Amino acid sequence: MNRGQVRIVTLKIDGKDVGARENETILEVARENGFDIPTLCHMEGLSDIGACRLCLVEVKGSNKLLTACVTTVQEGMEVTTHSPRLDSYRRMTVEMLFSERNHVCAVCVSNGHCDLQNLAVDVGLTHITVPYLYPKVSIDASHERFVLDHNRCVLCTRCVRVCDEIEGAHTWDLMGRGVKTRVITDLAEAWGDSESCTSCGKCVQVCPTGALFEKGKSVAEMTKRRTFLPYLTSMRNGDE
Amino acid sequence: MATNPRQSAVDPPSDDKRWRIVQAAMRRNGFRRDALIETLHAVQESFGYLDEESLRYVARSLRAPMSHVYGVSTFYHFFSLKPAGEHTCVVCTGTACYIKGAPGLLDAVGKEFHIGDGETTEDGKVSLLTARCLGSCGLAPAAVFDGQVAGKVNREAVVERLHAWQNGPAAVKASPESSPESEGSAVYA
Amino acid sequence: MREKLAEIKAIEEDAKAQYTHTVNVCTAAGCLSSGAAQVKEALGKEVERSGLERWCQVKGVGCLGLCTAGPLVEVESQSAMYGHVTVEDTPAIVGGLNTKPVERLRVPTGTPFFLRQNRIVLENSGRIDPERIEEYIAAGGYSGLVTALTEMTPAQVIDEVTASGLRGRGGGGYPTGLKWTTVAKAPGPDKYVICNADEGDPGAFMDRSVLESDPHRVIEGMILAGYAVGASQGYVYVRAEYPLAIEHLKKAISQARRMGLLGRSVAETTFGFNIDIRLGAGAFVCGEETALIASIEGKRGQPRPRPPYPAEYGLWGKPTLINNVESFANIPPIIRNGGEWYASLGTEKSKGTKVFALAGAITNTGIIEVPMGTSLQEIVYEIGGGVPGGGRCKAVQTGGPSGGCIPDAYLDNPVDYDSLRSLGSIMGSGGMIVMDDSSCMVDVAKYFMEFCMTESCGKCVPCRVGTVQMYRLLDKISTGRATLEDLALLENLCDMVQNTSLCGLGQTAPNPVVSTLRYFRDEYIAHIEEKRCPAGVCKIHSSVAQTDSPSYAVAEVAQ
Repeated sequence: MNRGQVRIVTLKIDGKDVGARENETILEVARENGFDIPTLCHMEGLSDIGACRLCLVEVKGSNKLLTACVTTVQEGMEVTTHSPRLDSYRRMTVEMLFSERNHVCAVCVSNGHCDLQNLAVDVGLTHITVPYLYPKVSIDASHERFVLDHNRCVLCTRCVRVCDEIEGAHTWDLMGRGVKTRVITDLAEAWGDSESCTSCGKCVQVCPTGALFEKGKSVAEMTKRRTFLPYLTSMRNGDE
Repeated sequence: MATNPRQSAVDPPSDDKRWRIVQAAMRRNGFRRDALIETLHAVQESFGYLDEESLRYVARSLRAPMSHVYGVSTFYHFFSLKPAGEHTCVVCTGTACYIKGAPGLLDAVGKEFHIGDGETTEDGKVSLLTARCLGSCGLAPAAVFDGQVAGKVNREAVVERLHAWQNGPAAVKASPESSPESEGSAVYA
Repeated sequence: MREKLAEIKAIEEDAKAQYTHTVNVCTAAGCLSSGAAQVKEALGKEVERSGLERWCQVKGVGCLGLCTAGPLVEVESQSAMYGHVTVEDTPAIVGGLNTKPVERLRVPTGTPFFLRQNRIVLENSGRIDPERIEEYIAAGGYSGLVTALTEMTPAQVIDEVTASGLRGRGGGGYPTGLKWTTVAKAPGPDKYVICNADEGDPGAFMDRSVLESDPHRVIEGMILAGYAVGASQGYVYVRAEYPLAIEHLKKAISQARRMGLLGRSVAETTFGFNIDIRLGAGAFVCGEETALIASIEGKRGQPRPRPPYPAEYGLWGKPTLINNVESFANIPPIIRNGGEWYASLGTEKSKGTKVFALAGAITNTGIIEVPMGTSLQEIVYEIGGGVPGGGRCKAVQTGGPSGGCIPDAYLDNPVDYDSLRSLGSIMGSGGMIVMDDSSCMVDVAKYFMEFCMTESCGKCVPCRVGTVQMYRLLDKISTGRATLEDLALLENLCDMVQNTSLCGLGQTAPNPVVSTLRYFRDEYIAHIEEKRCPAGVCKIHSSVAQTDSPSYAVAEVAQ
C-alpha cells in the first residue's frame, strides 16, 4: 500500500467530526471511530464486493444509498449509519437471507457462533414474515475433514475469495445464477475429489455460517478461527 | 491479462477434428483467460453442448481455474451442458409473444410431449427451449424450428411440427450420455 | 481519403443510374423469417427471365420498418411498396415495372406511419445494402469521420456531441457529451470504447434492426468516439441470439479495415483504432455496464458497485466509454451536420429523435423513429394505427422489465426521458408494447417479475431473494390466494429492492409492479377480494381458502 502521499480528509459520521485518510472506505473509518455498521460479505483481509447490502449508508447529497465497504471517503462527506429507513432495510435483507435456505439454528453446528444469527440479533429480527423458500439442496461430506452444507450457505463468497486471494488455489467458485446460484468446487464435483483443493481449511474458517464446517462437530460446536487472515494480509503487505 | 502466445501444449481430448476449431478460437485470442466465453462459444458451436471433458480441456488450455470455467458456463443461458435432441424448438417468451400466447404454446408442448424448457423428449428427438426475445416481435408469437424462425404460430401448428419430427424417418440416435449435475454435488458420506 | 470517398460515391451513383428500376427487398430478420430470401431470389430470376437485368437491379436492403406486412418489397422508380409478398407474386411485380404497380399488393405509404417519422438513425435503413460499404459511403457515410480526423481536434468533436444534447439511448439518459468528456479527461494511454449491443429487453429490437440494416453507422460512431476520448480499441458486445446482426457487423468491420477506415492509421491519419466483436451469451444483466465489462473479461456477468464508474475504472481497470448502439448511430449525422442541428429537434431536455419498436396489440408493428416529445397518443393511434379491430388501448408498456405501464388516460403525454419517468415508467431502450383489454395487469407484472427473477445474477441479496419473494406474492395474488396483508408486504419489498439492490436490474425490477399498482390497483384488489381476474387471464383456484399470512419464528435466535 502506498503510504507516500495520502491526504487526510475530514467528514461527519452520524453528526460527529472524524478524520480519515482519503483512500479509506466509509466502513473502515466508521469502525475505527466506534460506529457500528453491520456487514456480512465483508471480511478484513479479503477484497470487498458490496454484495450483501447490509452496510448501505445514507450520504448527504446522494439520492442513492452507498455501500460503505467499497465507497471511499471524501472531504466534507456527511454519513448516516443508522436511521429508521436503514434499520428497516437491513432487517428485511437479513429476513431475505433467512428465507432463502434452510436455516434451522437449533440443529446447526454453528448455533451460537454464527454471523447470520448475530446479524439477526443486531438488526432486531425476531420473526420472518415472508415465506421460506425451502429449496432442496444437498450436503457434500466427501472431503475427509470438512463438510459443505448448502442449506446454510448465504452466498457471501468469502470461501471463494479466501481460496483465490489468499490460498491461491481458486478451488471454489459460483455456478448458476439468481436464486439458483451455488458454491462449487472445481467442475461442480464432489469436494473430496477436487484436484485443486489443498485442504487448507481457510474457507471453513471464514464461512459466516454452518455451511462449511469441520467433520465431527455437533450442534453448536463449530467455532471459527480467523486470526490468521489479518496476520497473513499484513505480512504480505509488509513485503511490498 | 496473461498472454501465453506459445502455449498450445495442452493436447485436445481426442483427435476429433472439431477440436481444431476450438484451438483456433483460443489461438486467435492468444490463449488469454479473458477469451473464455469466445472459446465456450466455439465448443458449443462445434459439439452442440459443453461436456465435462471439453470444460476440463478449455480450463487447462487457458490456464483458468476449473470452478471459474464451470461458473461461467452455467451463468449464461446460451450455454448448454446437456446434449440437445435431434431437433430443437425454441419458443420466444418476449413480452410481445407472451401477451400474444407464448405460454399457451409451451403449455401445449408440455401436455403433448411432457417436456419443459430445456428438456428433451425421452427418445432424444425433440428439445424444447425458450428465448428471452428473438426480436421478431412483429410476428408474435414466434418460434424457431431447427433454426428457422416462424411467426404467428399457434398451439396446433407447434404440436403438429413436433409430431412430424418424432415420427420422421431420421434414424434413432442414442444420446442419453452422462449429463453433468445441475445441483451442486450431491454426495453423502 | 476525402477524394477516395468522393470517387466511390461517384462510381456508385453512376452504377445506379444505369438501372431504370431498383427493387429493394427487406432482408432484415423480421422479413427473412417470413420468406424474404426466397422472394428476393425469385425476383432476381424473374428479372432475368424477362430479360430486364440491364435495366433492373434487385437489392437486399435493411429494415423498411413495417414488420407486420413483411416480406416487404419496394420499387423505387414507382414509389411503390409491396407487403406480404410471396414467391408467386414476383412475376406480377416484375411485369408491372414498365407499366403500372401491382395495386393488390401495395402498402399505402401516404399514412402517418411513414409520414410522421423523422429518420436520422434509420436514414439508411431500407435504402442501402447493409453488406456493402460503398453504399454507405455513397449515402454520405464516413465523411463526418474524415472531417473530424482532418479538421477537428478531439475536444471539438466532444463539443459537437455536447452541443447536440444527445442523451444515452440505452435507457439511462445520461448526457453523452458529459460521458465522453469524463473518459477523455481520465489519465492513461490505454482506454477503451465499448458498444453495448446486448439488447436484452424483451420486446425491443431497435438495436438489432440498426445493426442489420446499417452497421457502418455504428462503426463510424465508435471510431469518432475513440478519436474523441483517446482510445485505440473498441469492442461491440452483441447478443449471440442475433446471428444476422453479427454477420453484417463482421462483414462491415472487415470492409472498413480494407478501406483503411479501421486499423493503425484511420483514414490516412496518425490515429489508430480497431474494433473487435465480443459475443454475449444470454444474460440480461450484461446490459449493465459493469456486468458487461466482466463478461468481456471472460467472467460471470456480475456487476460491481459504482463508483468508480467505468469512465474511470472500466475494462481491465482502464477508462472505458460505454454507449449503446443507437447512441453511436446518432454520432455520424451529429458530426456531419453539427450539434446545433441535432439540438433543434426534440424537446428542451430530450434532444433529437428516438427509435421505437412497436409491438403487441397494435396494427402497425415495426420500427419507427420520431422526434422526442411526440405524444404516445400519436405513436399508438396514428403512427401505430391503433389496436387492431378498433379496440381500446389499455396501457402502453415502455422500458421493458425496468419500465412501467402507462394507462390510456395518460397517452397525451410527450415521449421524453423526464415525462416518462414522472409517469412511473422509463424511456428504456425503446421497446413499446401496446396492451388491450385482454391483458391483465397483475399477470403482466408477474411476467416481468419472473423475468427479473430468472435474470438476476444472484450477487446481491435484495435482488436474488427479493425478486423470488415478490414473484411468489404476485403468483399468490393472480391465483386468488392472497390477502391485503400480502399486498402490503409486496409494496414493502418493492421499496426495499428498489433502494438496496446493487445494480440497475434489481433497482428497477419492482417498477412494473409499482406502476401497475399505481394505475391499476383495482385489478389487484379484484384478484384479492373478489377472487376474480377482470381480464379473464389469470386462472383463479376454484377452492380458494382464506389463509393467514404465514409467520415463522427464527428458530431460537441465540444470544
